[in-house]
Amino acid sequence: MVRTVVRRLLLLIPMVWLVATLAFVVVAAAPGTYADTVDHPGLSAEQRAELEARYGLDQPVHRQYLRWLGSLATGDLGVSFVTKEPVLRLLARTLPPTILLGGAALLLDFVVGILLAVAAARRPHGWFDRVSSFIGLGLAGLPSFWLAGLAILVFALVLGWFPASHMRSVAASGLSGPARLADLLHHLILPACCLGLVGAAGTARYLRATLLDVHGERYILAARARGLSDRRILWIHTLRPALLPVITLLGLSLPFLVSGSVVIETVFAWPGVGLTLLSAAHARDIPVVMAVTVLGAVAVLLGSLVADVLAAVVDPRTREESL
Amino acid sequence: MRHADGLHVGSVGLGLLVALCVLGPAVLPAPPAADPARSALLPPGAAVTEITLSDGRVLVSPDVTVATEAIVVRGPYRDTELSPADVVSIREGRFLLGSDRMGRDIASRLMAGGRFSLAIAGLAVIIALLVGGSVGVAAATGGPLTDSVLMRLVDALMAFPLLFLLILVATLFRPGPAALALILGMTSWMGLARLVRGQVLALRGRSFILAAQAAGASKTFVARRHFLPNLAGPLSQDTALRLGDLVLAEAALSYLGIGISPGLPTWGGMVAQGHRVMVEGWWLATFPGLAIAALVISLALIGDGVQERLSRGAVS
Repeated sequence: MVRTVVRRLLLLIPMVWLVATLAFVVVAAAPGTYADTVDHPGLSAEQRAELEARYGLDQPVHRQYLRWLGSLATGDLGVSFVTKEPVLRLLARTLPPTILLGGAALLLDFVVGILLAVAAARRPHGWFDRVSSFIGLGLAGLPSFWLAGLAILVFALVLGWFPASHMRSVAASGLSGPARLADLLHHLILPACCLGLVGAAGTARYLRATLLDVHGERYILAARARGLSDRRILWIHTLRPALLPVITLLGLSLPFLVSGSVVIETVFAWPGVGLTLLSAAHARDIPVVMAVTVLGAVAVLLGSLVADVLAAVVDPRTREESL
Repeated sequence: MRHADGLHVGSVGLGLLVALCVLGPAVLPAPPAADPARSALLPPGAAVTEITLSDGRVLVSPDVTVATEAIVVRGPYRDTELSPADVVSIREGRFLLGSDRMGRDIASRLMAGGRFSLAIAGLAVIIALLVGGSVGVAAATGGPLTDSVLMRLVDALMAFPLLFLLILVATLFRPGPAALALILGMTSWMGLARLVRGQVLALRGRSFILAAQAAGASKTFVARRHFLPNLAGPLSQDTALRLGDLVLAEAALSYLGIGISPGLPTWGGMVAQGHRVMVEGWWLATFPGLAIAALVISLALIGDGVQERLSRGAVS
């Protein structure tokens, strides 16, 4: 298994190269350069040319590509055109908030999703099952930004329970350690719920169907014949095999940690990677755009690898086939 | 049986939404004109009087007193007194779903936005079907080299976080409606290519296909008579769900301000505008959000219903 994982990791390299090249083609084919976004009336043609020369934008496309690929291979992600900040430092600053938000959302997604599915599958077509599947269908169709706006209106503006945006209070730097953590969590709750509960609706719907499938298996009948309690049958004998596809789903949701929250980050002004990508794309800040895109691709590829490894750990049957 | 009902509910919901967006403006009474100074942010169902003056100006206000000597139009900032001689026509009207900050009728903007959303998502799904279908068929029938090259390309494209790619392309190229449909279609065909390839490969070994080929049936006959009908079910299920995803993606882009031109009405853009005044006017964001949800849920019900029928068909 270690060997197959190593092989899959090595396979990541050509895939990341392919994705990075595609991203470069998109950026290179787009009209305009960073110099066009510097909207200054005093910008003369010479200064413009100097600006493009400084960032290597006057070179032929293939030269730019090779130079960029060379620095990527040596781990040099370049410097942001706009803020002049090294991209690596920019990512170190914006990735933790995104991972915090995405991680909290994923946790909510799976914990709430599994609990809902188990509660619904206890009595299929009972009142709880009907109500929760109805709400789940509604949540799955509502756009997340709309839900976020509603949550801000109700819980932040009308009830005043949570802050409406940002990750910290203005006065947070003056607070002591525990108080600062509490402040952070206070800001985290609304965006994490908006992201996580929509996901939980999907997870619950999926797991409920799997639970009902497993419920028809003969070993469940056998367990019942042995006189095991309903609770034990549900939590041990039914849930365990039904969780396998959910674990695969969890692995496939990992890229969500990086990319899933662009919209929610925008609504809540959460200082993460998504917000960074949006402003960098507007400013034609190529080093930042490329770095974030490659990072997203790595997350997707690692996520699907993690999904396969997790599945192999949980279910011996999949060990040979999927890896 | 309950899920077959889901298919019906979904189809009826989709049909109603399409009919409302396309036929609504012709069937419903004409909405009041927009008067930013007087008709802004009126709640749903607000009755207004629309006064057209001889100089072409149109005043729309919920509070108008008509007397023989003068017509008084009350506005939030100041009242306007008009002489009856200047007035060409007076008409009563109603903002069914309220008005926005510019005093525009939300109901008619919703219908116009729906036409854009439906047309963009529909066109995008057709593009995705064409590209994904061709790539899938080419991969399944074109030999091992073509297959592995095409499938690696699909893998690489799928490794792009979709929203990242959409944001990148939409910000850099500033597309119009047709270009946005093209972008959405070109970024969402990969799953379809995998589906078609898998289905074609699975079907190719089935005995009825082999029998038809052994009987000397032409390639086009086998494709039309055997492959297409068997592909139609999974494809239509996938198409319904994909259409819902595309509607949500288009709405998210418009919400972020990088969809089609901000001047055109789109459901996502209307939600974004509504969020700026959510305390003063809850109805601005509410109705476009519900419209998106109704459309996506209808499509999800159709997709689930089709799948249910397919799996039942496979059992019997």
